Amino acid sequence: MGEGHLFDASMIETILLTLKLAAITTVVLLLVGTPLAWWLARTRGPWKEVIASLVSLPIVLPPTVLGFYLLIAMGPDSPLTALLGFKLSFTFEGLVLGSVIYSLPFVVNPIRNAFEAMGDRPMEVAATLRASRLDAFVTVALPLALPGLMTGAILGFAHTVGEFGVVLMIGGGIPGETKVLSVTIFDYVETLQWGKAHVLAGGMLVLSFVVILAMLLLERRLNRGRT
Amino acid sequence: MIEAAFRGRLGSFDLDAEFRVPGQGITALFGASGSGKTTVLRAIAGLARLRDGRLQVNGETWQAGRRFVPPHRRAVGYVFQEASLFPHLSVEDNLRFGLRRSRSTARIGLNEVVDLLGIAPLFDRPTAMLSGGERQRVAIGRALLSQPQLLLMDEPLSALDRVSKEEILPYLERLHASLSIPVIYVSHDIAEVERLADTLVLMERGRVRASGPIAGLLADPALPLIHMPQPAAVIDGQVIARDARYGLTDLRVPGGVVTVQGDLGPIGRRRRLRIPASDVSLGRRAPQDTTILNALPARIEGAEETAAHQVVVRLRLGQRGEGAALLASVSLKSWDTLGLRVGETVVARLKAVALAAPGAAPELAQAPPAHTA
Repeated sequence: MGEGHLFDASMIETILLTLKLAAITTVVLLLVGTPLAWWLARTRGPWKEVIASLVSLPIVLPPTVLGFYLLIAMGPDSPLTALLGFKLSFTFEGLVLGSVIYSLPFVVNPIRNAFEAMGDRPMEVAATLRASRLDAFVTVALPLALPGLMTGAILGFAHTVGEFGVVLMIGGGIPGETKVLSVTIFDYVETLQWGKAHVLAGGMLVLSFVVILAMLLLERRLNRGRT
Repeated sequence: MIEAAFRGRLGSFDLDAEFRVPGQGITALFGASGSGKTTVLRAIAGLARLRDGRLQVNGETWQAGRRFVPPHRRAVGYVFQEASLFPHLSVEDNLRFGLRRSRSTARIGLNEVVDLLGIAPLFDRPTAMLSGGERQRVAIGRALLSQPQLLLMDEPLSALDRVSKEEILPYLERLHASLSIPVIYVSHDIAEVERLADTLVLMERGRVRASGPIAGLLADPALPLIHMPQPAAVIDGQVIARDARYGLTDLRVPGGVVTVQGDLGPIGRRRRLRIPASDVSLGRRAPQDTTILNALPARIEGAEETAAHQVVVRLRLGQRGEGAALLASVSLKSWDTLGLRVGETVVARLKAVALAAPGAAPELAQAPPAHTA
């Protein structure tokens, strides 16, 4: 790691690992979060708010607290590890699981809002037009909630790219396995490699801005022509 | 035959409605807001489930005891108060949504519906760019294309302004004339009901007050319809003669022949007349030297005095009172001066006879009325 070069192989590796983590996490989040959001939007009952609170917990919880419990849950002595037969802590898979839990509210809440805003009517119309529940969900509810799904996906992706506390707790910083961007920046700063820190931090800043701008523009476009 | 009985509680609403209506023609569910009309319609579609419900539609059981056919397996078309088109689909894809999913071979084709409802010019427009009346026409077409055995309409005109309403009504009449699908039509507007319905189910506070052919119910002294501000009779007739010189059409109605101003179409065409009670006066003898075209013998069936010193007289056309029901509104003074009695045969003079549907239903091949966006 020569301080003279602003780019090196390990930096590229870090960036690719981060993008891979964010992409996989986003896909898992959409697969898990969409049915969960639908359930939350359609269920009436005391359980609904309990589950909703659990989902939203990562918003208020310090990431280190979440990371601490995840570390214990994924550690060598946990029931989860016994069940799986291998431990998840300090692995890429563990990082995905942690990221999914950490970013869940940022994906579930916009999708849930979109499902709620749509009301019962479209599903009723679809039912009277011979569409089964699943058919109507796929062909009516999902397209109508598309802006919410996009927002959720983008937020989930961006949030995963930027996470630090949870990653540090459960992933440490194994290069090529768990050493993602935010951890790397921290390392650079600690080892006084300000130039490289600048490159990554600046890149993150620009990326975040572009992501949010794209999201807003996309939302505006999707909402146009819908009443 | 459509047999329905729904009992139970939905939210804070108590429903106990039971009726049998013919499995053809238009049945109006009529009543004030909050009388349970929409709930009954939703229960028929399977969108609302009442625990104690029975429903048979032309021999098919959709609900009975534990049996509850889910809405997407019921061959109903449902037209909601707001058109509720899918905003993410084009007009054409909205129309095809139900068509694609209906199991039965298409009896009602896309082209037929497009012609019937004048939808062709709307195909390429985004749904958000349609007017209220246009949206509702597409919604009706979409429901029809799902090949329903029963069409349910929940106040399809109430969200529309007067102009859009007049734009849609002729299409509904055309539908009635050209398709054999039974329709249940929820409305709180008696004018719509008089114009469209064959059968009436009168609802009050979650219960069915009365049901039967519309002409009988409108003139039934036990029902509130006759006490509405402008009571009227509706009479269905058939064109039997046309007089081009004077621009008149003769219609045979039960118990007589009525002459109506205007050309009402070819011989044999069925037309509905609406005769307001205030346009009917009574006399003992046939009038002479009068400008009134229609003076028909009718028998007095009963009379109700109103608060405004008027008497609403119930009549039946024909010497022996064997014909259609008619209402006449006369002043209490005239009633007493003439000394009219129930059971007596009088001459009913019709000052004005109007079609229930003034904007005559356009012919199938004809261009639809102007519908500018």
